[in-house]
Amino acid sequence: MGNNMNLHLKVWRQKNKDDKGKLVSYEAKDVSPDMSFLEMLDIVNEGLIKKGEEPIAFDHDCREGICGSCGMQINGRPHGPKSAITACQLHMRNFKDGDTIVVEPFRAKAFPVIKDLIVDRSAFDRIIAAGGYISVNTGGTPDGNAIPIAKEDAESAFEAAQCIGCGACVAACKNSSAMLFLSAKVSHFARLPQGKAEREKRVWAMVEQMEKEGFGACSNTEACSAECPKEISMDVIAQLRREYYRAGLFSKEK
Amino acid sequence: MNEVKSTSNGKLQSNVPPGDLAEKWTNHKFNLKLVNPANKRKYEIIVIGTGLAGASAAASLGELGYYVKSFCFQDSPRRAHSIAAQGGINAAKNYQNDGDSVYRLFYDTVKGGDYRSREANVYRLADLSLNIIDQCVAQGVPFAREYGGLLDNRSFGGAQVSRTFYARGQTGQQLLLGAYSALMRQVESKKVTIFPRHEMLDIVVINGRARGVVTRNMVNGKIESFAADAVVLATGGYGNAYYLSTNAKGSNVTASWRAYKRGAFFANPCYTQIHPTCIPVTGEHQSKLTLMSESLRNDGRVWVPKKAGDTRPPNQIPENERDYYLERKYPSFGNLVPRDVASRNAKEMVDEGKGVGASKVAVYLDFKDAINRLGKDVISQKYGNLFDMYHLITDENPYEVPMRIYPAVHYTMGGLWVDYNLMTTIPGLFALGECNFSDHGANRLGASALMQGLADGYFVIPYTMGGYLAATKLEKVDTGNEEFKAAEKTVNDKIAKLLAVKGNKTVDEFHRELGKILWEYVGMSRNAKGLETAIQKIKTLREEFWKDVRVLGDNEELNQSLEKAGRVADFLELAELMAIDALHRNESCGGHFREEYQTEENEAKRDDENFTYVAAFEYKGDDQKPELHKEELEFEYVHLSQRSYK
Repeated sequence: MGNNMNLHLKVWRQKNKDDKGKLVSYEAKDVSPDMSFLEMLDIVNEGLIKKGEEPIAFDHDCREGICGSCGMQINGRPHGPKSAITACQLHMRNFKDGDTIVVEPFRAKAFPVIKDLIVDRSAFDRIIAAGGYISVNTGGTPDGNAIPIAKEDAESAFEAAQCIGCGACVAACKNSSAMLFLSAKVSHFARLPQGKAEREKRVWAMVEQMEKEGFGACSNTEACSAECPKEISMDVIAQLRREYYRAGLFSKEK
Repeated sequence: MNEVKSTSNGKLQSNVPPGDLAEKWTNHKFNLKLVNPANKRKYEIIVIGTGLAGASAAASLGELGYYVKSFCFQDSPRRAHSIAAQGGINAAKNYQNDGDSVYRLFYDTVKGGDYRSREANVYRLADLSLNIIDQCVAQGVPFAREYGGLLDNRSFGGAQVSRTFYARGQTGQQLLLGAYSALMRQVESKKVTIFPRHEMLDIVVINGRARGVVTRNMVNGKIESFAADAVVLATGGYGNAYYLSTNAKGSNVTASWRAYKRGAFFANPCYTQIHPTCIPVTGEHQSKLTLMSESLRNDGRVWVPKKAGDTRPPNQIPENERDYYLERKYPSFGNLVPRDVASRNAKEMVDEGKGVGASKVAVYLDFKDAINRLGKDVISQKYGNLFDMYHLITDENPYEVPMRIYPAVHYTMGGLWVDYNLMTTIPGLFALGECNFSDHGANRLGASALMQGLADGYFVIPYTMGGYLAATKLEKVDTGNEEFKAAEKTVNDKIAKLLAVKGNKTVDEFHRELGKILWEYVGMSRNAKGLETAIQKIKTLREEFWKDVRVLGDNEELNQSLEKAGRVADFLELAELMAIDALHRNESCGGHFREEYQTEENEAKRDDENFTYVAAFEYKGDDQKPELHKEELEFEYVHLSQRSYK
């Protein structure tokens, strides 16, 4: 293949959470522009195994941009240089022969490194557990058409609900804030009639959990939204702030 | 409730309750014993997998008061592969007033499955579809709506009614996030404990009942036992046996397979579904395949050059030198023939040397006529996101040059055999969602996988689990029992064996080779000679694997090669069973096409006289032939007929 490239990689290698870790150089040879970034790493890994060296560990699963597993800093940007996609959808045609590519894990106090490019994002699960749901049990729910929802409201709830929980927003933020992640979930429910009953309780509980997890504060730099592979808008953070103040005024608890 | 035993003549008891089809489930629910609310907290249930079936089951059982332990291999339950389902979820709501009903959805599903599914299960599925939509709306799933605020529907996969509910092209994601939020709510209330990054590696059977599992902590390699009163598997399909499929990279058969080796029968392993419209392979580096919604065939025209070996770019091939082969062969359905027919015909064209693109393993899906007729704007509104995705992956603009598509493995209808209660042949071990065999027969209809996962998890298992626990006297067991120790040893030995081979070939190399064998001989069309060849080749490859695989590192750390090696070892065993099943089934039905058995129109030709049964295989030892048990299928309501799309 005439268009194939040779690339220099600098990849973060860290044996486990206690290891200090360092950048290690690798050569990626004969890389096809049709490969995805993760397929390029697969090839590098096959080469490492053949040489008797341990392959680079990275999280990945669906490889079509929806599961949120993959996530890494590629040349300093979460999911790499192209906007609105995840690392698994980044194709090598976005690089050129001879490029040096630096690959690191997402960096945040609340996302400790487990190994190489893999970080622990379980803080996100705990934020959802604190209140990221509508409290209905299975069964006994009214007919799906019992409560009409304006098309615009359903669409705007969907926009917020698209978050894949990858953590790029946290990695992009100079404060390592999880504000976009949290706000997307709060806004998803706040924009639907079903979510209104618990809105005060929900926003308080989720914000409290976020603070406990060690994420930083939001200072509205908008880096999170710019790097979000699902292009979640800053509107959700504005809505989170409104929901939070509203909860302070109207909460029946506290 | 009755337990499943294979009877002396080898037949299986489905435990389908008696009575009128429409009343069976209602009557059965009444007849199932109940666990007293105060006693539910005394029971512990293990659920493996957190996709639609697993997450909905764990959440619903937790809500009822049971203590649930929920395991997944991903870093969070929210990432299970249900999340990638695009199209939608069927439900017989008849909101569109277009003649839909529970009975019609039931009928379509049985017919679509080519008459190889169990009527009573399918009817229950169609019936429960109504509740699923209500449940999901209440959870805040943002389904598409019409301007009046009511739920929107679309027609999907050739259905004649509009019964598919959807959330843009991300229906699976939104449904899974709904089930995940219900699950996390139970985590907060301490009824469910989650164990992410844990892989189930064995089922523990004590006194003939499933009483726990052995797992590997994927961060530190710790092998650990967990005891319970019942175990639920919701671990998805085995499409990744083919290496290349639309499944997630981590999707695997290990949990089901190890249950099989502990006594759960594996049913219809040869029923695999190949989806006709995927983005073609670009080279040996290809790691997975991406599906393009089949709705594209509503406006796209499929063609190849008439002349084999034609290397001209598509725009230089004049109209009269193109073969719109689906329109030519199937004048009334044209480009909208069912998935299996479209897939087989694409392969035929490629085999004749008429494939297109650099690899020559693809056919064109051309929108030029539709763009000329309707305008680019209309096409963009309908398919914009799909066109963008195609452009992103292939670097070709489908508004200007025809798309290249090719079939890919997408779903597996086979799986663990279950009775009407979704219990496997190991009492106390249940299987839900894609990992069981029950509802789709030999072919699944579009937008029905999500429906089945959620029906099983939200609305079936909460009842049948209670029925099992209330009717069963369970002795106390803990992880100190010898059976747990023995299972841990099996797991540890297998890991040690994998690490000790220290061969020359990587796990992926073996997996790719296995995939090629399956795709060639146990793929879209099969024949006896090819299947015999496959069985030999799989055996040889498996032997080579255990002599020459290279797994670096240790167990006591995060080790992705080791994880993959265990899964590929299981695929290498399953693959043989798939071929054995395909070889024994001397008929064509749904996704199983045997070249020897076709109509003059090249349609799948069933043999209802001899093969109207579920083939359930029993493990007899590593070097033994599995024993075939048959569950005869009886059709009281649906009349068996031959499909025709001419």
